[in-house]
This record gives sequence, structure tokens and C-alpha cells, in this order.
Amino acid sequence: MSTLWLIILFPILTGIVTLFTDSHKIRKILLIVCSVLHMVFTAFICLGSITPSTESWFCTDALSKIFLSLTSLLYFGASLYALTYLKPDEEGEHVSDFHDLSFLRNKNAVFMGCMQFFLSAMTLSVLSAHFGLQWIGVEATTLASTPLIYHHRNKKSLEAAWKYLIICSVGIALALMGVFFLAMAVPTQVEFFTPRGLSKFAGYLRTDWLQVAFIFILVGYGTKAGFAPMHTWLPDAHSEAPSPASALLSGALLNCALLAILRVYQVCAEVPAVQALALQLFILFGLVSMAISGIFIMHQADYKRMLAYSSVEHMGIMIFAFGLGKAATAAALFHAICHSLVKSSLFMLAGNILSAYQTKKVEKIHGLLRTMPFTSVLWLAGFLAITGTPPFGTFMSEFSILKVAVESRNYLFGALYLLFLVLVFVGMLTIFSTMALGKKMPMNSEGQPIGYKDPELRKDGTVYEHPLQYITPIVFLAAALFLGCYIPEPVLQIINEASAILGGKAL
Amino acid sequence: MNSIATLLALTSLFLLGSSRLSLAINMVAFQGFLIGILPLVSGHGFTLEVLILAATGIIMKSIALPHMLRKALEKSGTKREVEPYISFGASILSGILLLFVSGWIVSRLTQDEGIVSSSLIAGFFLLFTGLFTIITRKKALTQALGFLVLENGVYTAGLSLGSEFSFMVELGILLDVFVGIFLMGIMLFHIDNEFDHIDTDRFDALSDLELPDLELLNGNVLNLDQELDEEEGAE
Repeated sequence: MSTLWLIILFPILTGIVTLFTDSHKIRKILLIVCSVLHMVFTAFICLGSITPSTESWFCTDALSKIFLSLTSLLYFGASLYALTYLKPDEEGEHVSDFHDLSFLRNKNAVFMGCMQFFLSAMTLSVLSAHFGLQWIGVEATTLASTPLIYHHRNKKSLEAAWKYLIICSVGIALALMGVFFLAMAVPTQVEFFTPRGLSKFAGYLRTDWLQVAFIFILVGYGTKAGFAPMHTWLPDAHSEAPSPASALLSGALLNCALLAILRVYQVCAEVPAVQALALQLFILFGLVSMAISGIFIMHQADYKRMLAYSSVEHMGIMIFAFGLGKAATAAALFHAICHSLVKSSLFMLAGNILSAYQTKKVEKIHGLLRTMPFTSVLWLAGFLAITGTPPFGTFMSEFSILKVAVESRNYLFGALYLLFLVLVFVGMLTIFSTMALGKKMPMNSEGQPIGYKDPELRKDGTVYEHPLQYITPIVFLAAALFLGCYIPEPVLQIINEASAILGGKAL
Repeated sequence: MNSIATLLALTSLFLLGSSRLSLAINMVAFQGFLIGILPLVSGHGFTLEVLILAATGIIMKSIALPHMLRKALEKSGTKREVEPYISFGASILSGILLLFVSGWIVSRLTQDEGIVSSSLIAGFFLLFTGLFTIITRKKALTQALGFLVLENGVYTAGLSLGSEFSFMVELGILLDVFVGIFLMGIMLFHIDNEFDHIDTDRFDALSDLELPDLELLNGNVLNLDQELDEEEGAE
């Protein structure tokens, strides 16, 4: 048994303990302990101290390392944020009765427990090399995150969770079909059903089966990764989920599904005919996703849905870049890192705004700069980062992608890419500026701000913001800013290594 | 093998034409049983691992899940009819069309081998029927049934391609599917409580065209200030 199983199993254990724990305090401690332990394990894996004993199940190559560290980091940020986000148990919610499963009625216990199951599932899907095992991991992420979306236990979250479960499960079932076809593409029994194991047989792979397998897997996992037109579950799920969960769904989960597609592409890249098809499909899905999200971000009335569509856009940018190949592959991986950092901070900030104003409607919120000083400044910084404005890392990656498009004489694709980026920028600018600028708060006739359930205003009219509410966004946004100015040598090296695995060039 | 494939195709056709939900559930349970014994007759011998897989499959797909869906149906006071968007006659006709499409796809795919596998056709057919059921039926319960049929199709196709993975992976896949439909079952109870119906065509709160009325959420959205007060008090 490989030591790697430990990093997958211990979150399940702490998760089960969390489910059965009465005390909110102990659950909080478990949540943090679990994420810190996970970070320690991740550090060991990234330093190369833990490696899989055989090739058959896991791999810890540069690609896995990038996505594993992202998952671990984002999970730590989200669990810190969840500490203030989750209110203590309500009366009558305490766990004591085991025989009729009443512990499942405690919202907080289920949420925190499922967060840890979710972490375990994401780790499994990122670390697994065996295609079957990876499928189990990706499907498990869906199952573990459905209760997170249903946390508020009302009609809307139920609808969102049902759509999420049905659409993603169907998509992933198609991907399983693709995995079976992939096995058919290999003429003989392979020793390892992994990207590297199959690449050894590159010359003997059967093109037609490989093509069918790739299409099934791209559509299947693409549903989970949020590519348009299979993205329909995404805006609902991301806007209805509590903010720590939205941050994880958007920043970490979409990447896991993307990695699953990249693993299959790794095999396809060995066969020129299939690679050509794969690259064309990547570009097509990328541009369609960018176009659709651009249209829906314009005049979007709900700011959490706007962030969700922005995730569709960024997944589109990444897959478009993978389709261009060459140095764009490295740029796409760099973009994945920056996008995860920025988008998860934005979802956390959106959670702060939601908890103060109690509404997700853009039109009802203005004057954030005057009421929530920390949140609003970060919110504007996040806007600059997510739209790819110069000092941030996202600008670096988006610019490098454009450069590759022009250099490889794909002028039409480059022009469309630029057009959609501008479209999103304009759409977001209106929304962010409406929210941040303007008068303080909508007041009712008695001079009380509308929206506050229990107005907790200070004398100067600002809202109290708990440090845990903005510390993670500060750190993440600062990291995105730092990466835009200077990429540390080890980070650059690992990105280039991962890019080489996918047949791309160095950044 | 061939006779089981035929039976599988027939159960799916029957499913498309049946108007009563309880009958549809029984049909899917029977299909689960057929899927369960498929590995036993597909010529892998009777090793312990094959037996365990078959037993787990039968228990999950033909006993546990149908039982849960039946419970969900009993609890819901709604009409026990399938309520399709497309009439049953048209559904069966589409089913026959889908069967031809499956046959055509399989003959194209396996043209090099020169053999047309009937269970692969059945696999594709179940996959298409599952998708068709999910799309054209109004009730959430029917969608869960459709998903089960779709999964059965993928499983059958995988088995007939002979691309079996190791025992642990097969078991993991079965477990994932089981938990997935189990979750759907739990949510069916909740949908019934929240909406007084299990129709998905009345799922219209979330869309980009009309914004959800968030005042409803007020009771449920967290109240941060309160918690912060308590924390400060503790200090």
C-alpha cells in the first residue's frame, strides 16, 4: 500500500468524525487540522519525498503537483473563511440520535464533513494516473459536493443541487464510456492503464477508437469543467452554494476536471491524427465558452452568477490556449494558477457582501467603498485581476496566449479571443463599478439601511468586517499580483516541466 | 449473452412505453438483475472476484435502489404516472429508431473486427434510452430512473468490450454509481417536501432571464453579526 493512499484516506476519517461531532468548536478545529495536514502532505509530495511505489495507480509528475498544490492551498483558504461564514448550530440541531440518521439534519456537520470528503475526492482525481481510478475520483467530487450546494436547504439550493447532480453525473457517465473506448484503442493488454503506460504503445494505438474515446471524454469531463454549451449547471450551483463552497467549486474543482481531460490528451498527443482533432475541438470549445459567458455577463443582475459565468470564460481561455499549443500550453497552466487564486478570493468577497446586504442583486448594492472598506478595495482589485489588467498574473498569461495566436498566424482566433475578453471586461466593469461606487446604502424612510437584518453599523457608517473574512483574499490577490511581476524560479520550472509533458514549449 | 442483451433492449423499450411509475421502477430493477448476471455469463469464469461483483451489482441495482425509489414514490402524494413531454407511442417509436442508430454505430465501430456484438448494441441502446428518458420525462424520479438505465448501458458496453479493469476499480465504479443514485433518492424526498411535487419542469427559480426572489432566502442566509457578537462575548 502506497503512502499516497494516506493523503486520500485521512480527510475521509476526519470528515466522518466531523459528521458525528456535536460541538461546533471541535468541528472547526477538525476542519483546520485536516487542511493543515493536507498541506504538509502536499509539501512532501511537491518536494519529491513521497512518490508512488508502482506506476499502476498514482503519479506525482509536474502536472499533478501544480493542481494538487492549488487544491490544497485553496482548501486551506476556504476552510479559514468557513470558520466565520458558518453560524453556530441552531436550536434542536444537535447530534445525538444515531439510529434514525438525525446527524444528517445538522447543516453545519454535513457541510464541514462533506468539505473534507470533497477534499479527499479532489486529491484522488488529481493524483490518480489510472484512468479508471481517476474516473472514480471525478465522480466522487460530484457526490461529495452536492450536499455543499444544498446547504441552505431551500427551494433554490435544492433545484441547483439536483441540476448539478443529474447533469454532471450524466456527463461523467459518458466519460466512463470514453474510458472503456480508450481501453479498446490499445491492441494488447497494457501493463499500466495510465497516460505513460499507453504512450509506450503510441505506434500501435488504434486511431478510430482513440478518437471516439477522446470525444466522449472531452464532452463528459467537459461538462464538469464547465465548457459551454454543457455549462448549464454551473451558474446555478456556484451562485446557490455557500461562498466557501463556491470558492472551492470554482477554483479547485473545475481544475480537477480539466486535468482529467489533459491526461487523455497526453495519450492523444502521441498520435498526430488524433492530436489534430483534439486541438481543433479545444479551440472550438474555448471560443464558444468565452462567447457565451461574455454574452451572459453583460447586464447580469446577480453578482454571484456573474462570477460563475466568469469561471466559464476562464476555463474557455485555458482550453483555447491548450488548443493553440506551443508556449500557450505553459501560459494556460500559469493562467489556471492565477485564475484559481483570484476567483476564489472574489467568491469569498461576494460572500462578505451577501452577508451584509442579504441580496445577490447588483442593482440593490451601491456605495460599497463607504460601507465595507476592506471588502470593497479587495473587490475592485479582484476585478482588475480577473479581467487581466496589467500588473496581475492573469495579464501575463492572457497576453502570452495572444502572442502565440498571432505568432502561429491564427489571426481570426486571436481576434475573436481579444473581442470576447473586451466584452467580458465591459460587462464586468459596469457591475463592479455600480456596486463599489455611489451613495452609501439604500435607506428606508426611518433612515435605517435596507437589507440589514440586524444593522451592525459603526458610528462612521461602516460594517464590521472580521479579519478572517478578508485575510485569505488579501493573501491570494497579493500572490496573483506578485506572480504578474515576477515568477519565482521553482514555479516557472514546474510549469515548463508540465508544459513539456503536454507537448508544449516553455513559457 | 445474446439473450440477455435482447432482454435488456426489451426492458428499455418497455420502460419507454410504460405509463405507471411503479411498473417503470420494477422494470429497472429487473434490468439491474440482468446486468448483475451479465459478468457471470460473459465467459470470465466463476472466480471469487466476478461473483462478488455480480452479487454487489444485483444487491445495489435490483434491490436497494429500486426499493428506495419505491419508498420515494409512496411518500409523494403526487400522481403516479410518468408524465412525459412526448407521448408513449412516439417514445416507443423513437426507441426503435435509437435501437437502429445503436446498431449502426456499433457496426461502424467494429468494422475492422468484423463481428457485431449484440451486447455492445444493447449497451449503446440503454445509454440512449437513459438520455432520452432524462430529457423527455417531467418527474425528478423518472430522471433518476433514466440515469440508472444510462449507467447500466455504460456498464454493459464496458463489459462487452472486454475492457475490464482490476477488481478494485470495478467495485469503486459500482460504489460511485450507487452513492450517486442514493443521493438522488434522498433529494427526491426533499423535493417532495419543498415543492409538493417532483416535477422538474416547474424548476424555474434559477435562470438568467428572471432573477430569483431573494427575500425568500433571508431566513436561511447566514447572520454573521450574531456569531461575531457571541465570539466577542466569549473573549
